[in-house]
Amino acid sequence: MKTTRHPRSTGYAVFLAPGLLLSLLFLVVPLVMTFYYSLTAWQGIGDPTFIGLDNYTRLFQDADFWASFRNIAFVIIGIAVVPTLLGLFLAALLFDYIGKKHGDGIVGIFRSGLYLPQVIPVAVTGLMWGWILAPEGAVNSVLDTIGLGSLAENWLGDPGLALWVVLGVLVWMQLGYPLVLFMSGLQRIDPELYEAASLDGASWWQRFTRITVPILRPEVYVVLVTTTIAGLKVFAQIFVLTGGGPGNSTLVPAYFAYQNFFERADVGYGSAISSTITLLVLVIAGTMLTRQAREDG
Amino acid sequence: MTTDTTTPVTSRPEKTHTPGPSAPTRRRKNRAPGRRGAGSYAVVAAVTVFVLAFLAPFAIILLNSFKTSADYRTNGSLSWPERWNWDIIGDVWERVDFTQKLINSIQISLGVVLIAVVLALFNAYAIGIGRVRWRTAFLVFFLGVNVLPQEGLVYPIYYLFKETGLYDGKLGYTILVGITYSAFGTYLLSSVFSSFPRELIEAASLDGAGRWTILWRIILPMSWPTLSVMCVFFFVWSWNEFLYPLVLLISNDNQTVPLGLSVMQGQYTSDPTAMSAAALLGVIPMVVFFLIFQRSLTRGVTAGAVK
Repeated sequence: MKTTRHPRSTGYAVFLAPGLLLSLLFLVVPLVMTFYYSLTAWQGIGDPTFIGLDNYTRLFQDADFWASFRNIAFVIIGIAVVPTLLGLFLAALLFDYIGKKHGDGIVGIFRSGLYLPQVIPVAVTGLMWGWILAPEGAVNSVLDTIGLGSLAENWLGDPGLALWVVLGVLVWMQLGYPLVLFMSGLQRIDPELYEAASLDGASWWQRFTRITVPILRPEVYVVLVTTTIAGLKVFAQIFVLTGGGPGNSTLVPAYFAYQNFFERADVGYGSAISSTITLLVLVIAGTMLTRQAREDG
Repeated sequence: MTTDTTTPVTSRPEKTHTPGPSAPTRRRKNRAPGRRGAGSYAVVAAVTVFVLAFLAPFAIILLNSFKTSADYRTNGSLSWPERWNWDIIGDVWERVDFTQKLINSIQISLGVVLIAVVLALFNAYAIGIGRVRWRTAFLVFFLGVNVLPQEGLVYPIYYLFKETGLYDGKLGYTILVGITYSAFGTYLLSSVFSSFPRELIEAASLDGAGRWTILWRIILPMSWPTLSVMCVFFFVWSWNEFLYPLVLLISNDNQTVPLGLSVMQGQYTSDPTAMSAAALLGVIPMVVFFLIFQRSLTRGVTAGAVK
């Protein structure tokens, strides 16, 4: 609906100016600076020396960098894939089974309980799990108590185990997000659809695969995209739980960049790492946007 | 929320009907429960066990925060404390100066909410209501800066903050985070505003209302439901930030709760229950917040995601 165009639509630019300028100043300027630093050798003091793409060639030969990328694949499984699958199943179970038989009250309680880790600071839940999984921590002490002391492990200190344990903690932290999103998406479904399906003899599983999952496709898509992006940025969890170790077994790019910035004073190299991640995130987000724009016609 | 993994980042700006609580929520009536066989009770029992196991870590840190180290070493982590000993929590509270951390976090989060919401409101007013030229480009711009990883910005910000004296100060940090969130808010509010009844604005402006009046008298009250959800979310996100405060807020007087507590990691290995107490201290404020704002939080996750 077009309204008459007086000059009035121009005057709104005033409202956009502060937000736009501040975003440029605080977000875009640093972004450009990081890209520039990635082409230099710089310790954080003095003047950066321009070295072209050397940081990037070094990056692609760096075992730590590739390890951090391999670990990111795991992180994405823990933060995007598993919570989505589990969330789908739980949402359908709560909505289509428990909610129908036992009312919404108990469903609300379950949902809140599973969502709770989402509002607690990651650093704090990380601290909590770090303590629970420590060699002297709760898990080993439980194993000891029930006579399975031989199964006790250094959960976060064993290179073969740490990544899997981190993955489990990530699932725990993340499950609430897809669950709540999916349950709200299920509100769209006409209850009669389910009822008709049941009358036709469709089992719960058939209703799940034929009705629930297809209807939740948009939600699944959003969850997968947003959490994949979030997975690429994972930092606090690793910082608090393992510090990237043991060795590089749980190293992630954000933490790798942080180490180069603030522990090794290798700002140019750190910038190359974070620029790579930034580009990757922008490409994923851009792909998503254009895909959506196409779908929306 | 938790990380910004919880960030309900994006999607379809155009097709949405009003996100947030302003949307007519189709709430299912508490329908008469259906047939309950023994099987259905078994399912409920199984889910209950699952949820309890899921929340068990909270119970475990609660139990162990009140145990002396000796009690913990003798009786393990699942026993009831021999007596409820508040000394450990008190000790950790003092060591991390928890009162100061709480004040810092509250100040910063409130400031962030204010800055983010005001900027987002102005931006969205220009884009959604004013329909400024190149509005789609601006929207894409805000979406883009919204997904930028903090690790891609943090070093120059650290450097510039040092140069300008904003380093290790709440002011610069609060402005930075506020601006960061305003991008998401702009995106969310713009889609709400673009479906606003134009007649209302036309009528008001025929009555001689200027743009400021329209913003304050019409737009603001009508978008309050969405704004309030945004406030709740921005508060939680800001409370939970980690990388920026880790780099930018180093002194005790400025550190936030998660940061102040995370320094406990690795310390106190000889004092196993102190870390449990630290985790408990970090959990409590957000649990309280969650209980108060539960509805906004669970509703808000969907805002800006899918409609």
